[in-house]
Amino acid sequence: MTAKQKKMLLRILVTAALLVALHFVPGSNGLRFALYLVPYAVIGWDIVLKAVKGIGNRQVFDENFLMCVATMGAFAIGLLRTGDYEEAVAVMLFYQIGELFQSYAVGKSRRNISELMDIRPDYANIEIDGKLVKTDPDEVAVGTVITVQPGEKVPIDGVVLEGSASLNTSALTGESVPRDVKPGDEIISGCIDMSGVLKIRTTREFGDSTVSRVLDLVENASSRKSRSENFISRFSRWYTPVVVFGAVALAVLPPLIRLASGADPAWGDWIYRALTFLVISCPCALVISIPLSFFAGLGGASKAGILIKGSNYLEAMAHTGVVVFDKTGTLTQGVFEVTAIHHSPLSEEQLLEYAALAECASSHPIAASIRKAYGKELDLGRVSEIEEISGNGVTVRIDGKSVAAGNDRLMERLGIPFTPCHHTGTIVHMAIGGDYAGHIVISDKVKPESAQAVAELRDAGVRRTVMLTGDRKAVAEQIAGELGIDEIHSDLLPQDKVSRLESLLETKSGREVLAFVGDGINDAPVLSRADLGVAMGAMGSDAAIEAADIVLMDDNPRKIAKAIRISRKCMSIVYENIVFAIGVKVACLVLGALGIANMWLAIFADVGVMILAVLNAVRALFAGRDDG
Amino acid sequence: MKKTYKIEVDCANCANKMESAAQKTAGVSGAVVNFMTQKMTVEFEEGADASAVMKDVLSACKKVESDCEIFL
Repeated sequence: MTAKQKKMLLRILVTAALLVALHFVPGSNGLRFALYLVPYAVIGWDIVLKAVKGIGNRQVFDENFLMCVATMGAFAIGLLRTGDYEEAVAVMLFYQIGELFQSYAVGKSRRNISELMDIRPDYANIEIDGKLVKTDPDEVAVGTVITVQPGEKVPIDGVVLEGSASLNTSALTGESVPRDVKPGDEIISGCIDMSGVLKIRTTREFGDSTVSRVLDLVENASSRKSRSENFISRFSRWYTPVVVFGAVALAVLPPLIRLASGADPAWGDWIYRALTFLVISCPCALVISIPLSFFAGLGGASKAGILIKGSNYLEAMAHTGVVVFDKTGTLTQGVFEVTAIHHSPLSEEQLLEYAALAECASSHPIAASIRKAYGKELDLGRVSEIEEISGNGVTVRIDGKSVAAGNDRLMERLGIPFTPCHHTGTIVHMAIGGDYAGHIVISDKVKPESAQAVAELRDAGVRRTVMLTGDRKAVAEQIAGELGIDEIHSDLLPQDKVSRLESLLETKSGREVLAFVGDGINDAPVLSRADLGVAMGAMGSDAAIEAADIVLMDDNPRKIAKAIRISRKCMSIVYENIVFAIGVKVACLVLGALGIANMWLAIFADVGVMILAVLNAVRALFAGRDDG
Repeated sequence: MKKTYKIEVDCANCANKMESAAQKTAGVSGAVVNFMTQKMTVEFEEGADASAVMKDVLSACKKVESDCEIFL
């Protein structure tokens, strides 16, 4: 509890004690009026002050004003009619209890959620004169060597110099599968070293390291407001004046009507009802619980290794109807392997040598697999005139001879007759000196979890799954069949993917959201074009974290379905709160207008609704826990 | 130019009021108040002096909610 809150608690206790004491004190009406002013002043002076300031600043119709009017009205009724002042003070007392509880509950929830997300390491160990000194990670310059011992969190991104260990990445990915690192490997901050002592040379500053960036991302996510939150803001802006006019009408119209029809106007009754009406009307429960639900939902998702960059994206994810996948690296491992070599006049090794040299400058995974299959060192001096033709392949000069390595399109372009392959897989045709030299078959492996991931998506309510790939139709069809994907678009050049996505966007129905899932590195334009861009395997990839709306820290495709489930749960909590808060309020307002509810009930209802809404909101934090 | 400030505000409604007050202040092209993280992000118009504008923002906010604080 903060100091402010403790002072308020004291005031509440004193007022309650005074109320109880005064209950037993007899006296004339005037005396009791004066006596009851004491606890009223103790508990209510700041509300009255704020109301006065409010009027001065032309902010007349706020909560403080309503409370003052209501309680002073109750005092007036006591003075003129009932002689009962308890109600007036009690109303103010309960209001302040409600405010205190709100402040405490929200502060506590906020702190709990923030702490849960706090994966930031507090210190870095630097070896000075043979001893390890704990240093503030902010002060560690790039290129410094830090030491991480078993059980400690890696504080800053870097490269392992010495030592090997098993790392617990659950703080970032939510998965407890360990990763091993050895000298030469890159290591990410936020992971916990489970087994060995590591010496790491930092490659970034603390503020730039993965863990800091992840935390900033999650923290700022709640600043991007969702449509529900904007609705609540607008709602509460017109709600208060409407309620005030309603109360005035309630106080004035029925008595006037009764007066006109000759009956006793019963001003007192109707004014009392109007005051109760005002007291019930406070929209706090709604205004507090909705942002809190989103905050908790964002926090819960980040614990599961799903970083959502804004409340609006969380909201959108719950309506995902179409999921478009990029094949390589998302559904498949993106690790290509040479599986066969056909129709080559040269020996396999010779062909691979030419192919590896031709692909020496390419960063494409296919090129990497060819180089890996060749296995030996490449003399780059033999290669010249490298020309990479996007979507087709590469032409080079090796030892003076012209060599081409690429797909069907490249062969057609160069006018070289080729032998197509009946195997599924990516085919790299080779042509040496203008003559066809056979082809190399390269296959990518589907991730073991992909099939289950697609099934889970369907369970989570996704209507359609689509796969986009630059690969051949045969390969695409085989994989789609294996995984149960509805629609495929193959043989796509990189620029085709964007236009294909745009035509898919046109086939959406209603409020459906289209999500695109890719690896972020070369999918940036497609990611930004989709309603929701989801980047996978993003641990360590800045480009992915920047380009996507939702970032999955590891590369398990099942996380997509999990993200949808979490967002659905969070949204259902939000809607529950909206319906509950508005519903109970309206019911109480009606009861108050009819005279069935008195002020005690009114305040109780207000505080009760608020407590329940806040508790319900915090449930969103655990949305990711129950499933696997 | 965007800047983020730490704020102290007790209730979510007041945070909303602060946001509208800030948005209406001269020199401010956009403002977002995040009640959950107790932070306010203000985007300033071209050529506006951030510290002067923030003083106006603070007094505008104090008018709608006397209990709030912006740590400049």
